Amino acid sequence: MNKKFAKQAKKYWPFYVMALPACIYFFINNYIPMGGLILAFEKYTVSGGIFGSEKVGLDNFKFLFKSADAWIMTRNTLFYNIIFIIFGTIIAILVAYILHEMKSKMSRKIYQTIILFPGLLSIIIISYLANALLAGDNGFINKHILQPLGFEAISFYSEQKWWPFILIFIHFWQMTGTNCILYLANMSAVDPGLYEAASLDGANRFKSLTNITLPCLVPTVITLTILSTGKIFNSDFGLFYQVPMNSGAIIDVTQTIDTYVYRGLMNTANMGMSAAAGFYQSVVGFCLVVITNGIIRKLSRENAMF
Amino acid sequence: MVKRDTGFQAAAHIIMIILSLIVIFPLVLLIMSSISQESDILKYGYSIIPKALDFTAYKYIFGEGSVFHSYFITITVTIIGTVIGVIMTTMISYVLTVPGLPGKRFLSFYILFTMLFSGGLVPSYMMWTKIFSIKNTIWALLVPSLLCSAFHIMITRTYFQQNVPKEVLESARIDGMTEFGIFFKIVLPLSVPIIATIGFMKALMYWNDWTNSLYYITDKKLVGIQALLNNMLTNVQYLSKSMDASSIATDTTNIPTLGIRMAVAVVGMIPMIILYPFFQKYYMKGLTVGAVKG
Repeated sequence: MNKKFAKQAKKYWPFYVMALPACIYFFINNYIPMGGLILAFEKYTVSGGIFGSEKVGLDNFKFLFKSADAWIMTRNTLFYNIIFIIFGTIIAILVAYILHEMKSKMSRKIYQTIILFPGLLSIIIISYLANALLAGDNGFINKHILQPLGFEAISFYSEQKWWPFILIFIHFWQMTGTNCILYLANMSAVDPGLYEAASLDGANRFKSLTNITLPCLVPTVITLTILSTGKIFNSDFGLFYQVPMNSGAIIDVTQTIDTYVYRGLMNTANMGMSAAAGFYQSVVGFCLVVITNGIIRKLSRENAMF
Repeated sequence: MVKRDTGFQAAAHIIMIILSLIVIFPLVLLIMSSISQESDILKYGYSIIPKALDFTAYKYIFGEGSVFHSYFITITVTIIGTVIGVIMTTMISYVLTVPGLPGKRFLSFYILFTMLFSGGLVPSYMMWTKIFSIKNTIWALLVPSLLCSAFHIMITRTYFQQNVPKEVLESARIDGMTEFGIFFKIVLPLSVPIIATIGFMKALMYWNDWTNSLYYITDKKLVGIQALLNNMLTNVQYLSKSMDASSIATDTTNIPTLGIRMAVAVVGMIPMIILYPFFQKYYMKGLTVGAVKG
């Protein structure tokens, strides 16, 4: 036994050395914070630290779920994510289809290059773009569209009814190019023989789309949907915090779990509730991944993630 | 049939032209606002056609210097983070392809699990600040959450499995090469495309990151370009505040604050626009390579 162990150790030690840096990194960056979730059950004090502060059981959760915040942030996070998943998939497939069917390769490349670009921009730059359009006193929409047409200027950063549309629009403005690339690659991989056979059989464009193209995309749609369902409790912090410029007046429609956790963390009096909200996000998110993956495994094994 | 298709093609072009205009419009608006006169912005708002060209904002930014400093910080962090991250990622990905390695299943799970479950912001923040005390150090920009990701490991591993022939590795072993020699002299040179793709994705993440700075940095010396932009978005006076008091006293009124804001955003965006044609290929590859299952 020992001899075998020594032999194996001699053969494999370089691999363990190679794996070590990433393993240590994940241990620190990912695994210690998992242990730190215990903060959700503590009344944090500086002297007690992360693991030694007074345990208060479920108090933080009781306070959190008694407040209106819990419902608002859950509702917003789920609402935006569901819209992003459903319409995101439809828009991405439509755009990919249009690009794929375009005869001129040159213009296809130009369009693709253009719509892909916003995906590279940081959300900070996007906040600037949004601000140039939306700003109350100098914004393009107010000064060049609404006022010339005789409407009252809208102060966007304090009227919440506009924000669901604004945030959804910005999300798609940024992500559509990025999202459609994968579908485009999928469509290019479909055997062209199928289309030829279909057109010989007299199938029109619509029939080819519904009977050939779309079925070929199903596995990708499933995989992407599982991935996004697993993240349905998460949100793009920048989009919901930075683009509305942290405006308090519209918090009812821009607060997501991530922004709540951040705001709570920066305000130490709220640490416990912030930690509880983070715990809620992590645990529910994890359950959702496991459940969706389980369902997919039942339906079609090869599409499951694990 | 042919006739119908011209209809489709025309409609396709119209839709794509509209989408492209929607994408381009805000970018042009930003650029045009940055070269407008401050008084025109105040009077007519941000417009797509400036009444008069005015480059004061740019003169001010480049004279003031903190933009260069921020660029220096961001470029340094991006290069160091990308290099270290790529080395860590490729090494562990290679290990996951070694046949018969004891503990490989555990190792895979150890990595995959970080994709499924996370401690979230509060514990991470408390750990980095209380245990590792990284507040206001360069480490804060480099290390938390960005250095190494399970997703990148999964796709790199798949690439190694499919593109590095086992026979080549075996014969190198027989020739007496060390495992490190094999990795650096054979595996990596055979994997340039995936290294470029991963490297590009990491560089983009570092370049665009502003959250680490938001959480951990208050020191002006460590403000990268995104953080500088962020500070200016929430506080128009940010740049003028960072100047010494005497110069503020003399010409606060002449500083085109609105124009400067837009100009800094343009300056933050320009590298992307210039480099985009060169790395578009890697960007697209990075998006499609993820379709390969881990």
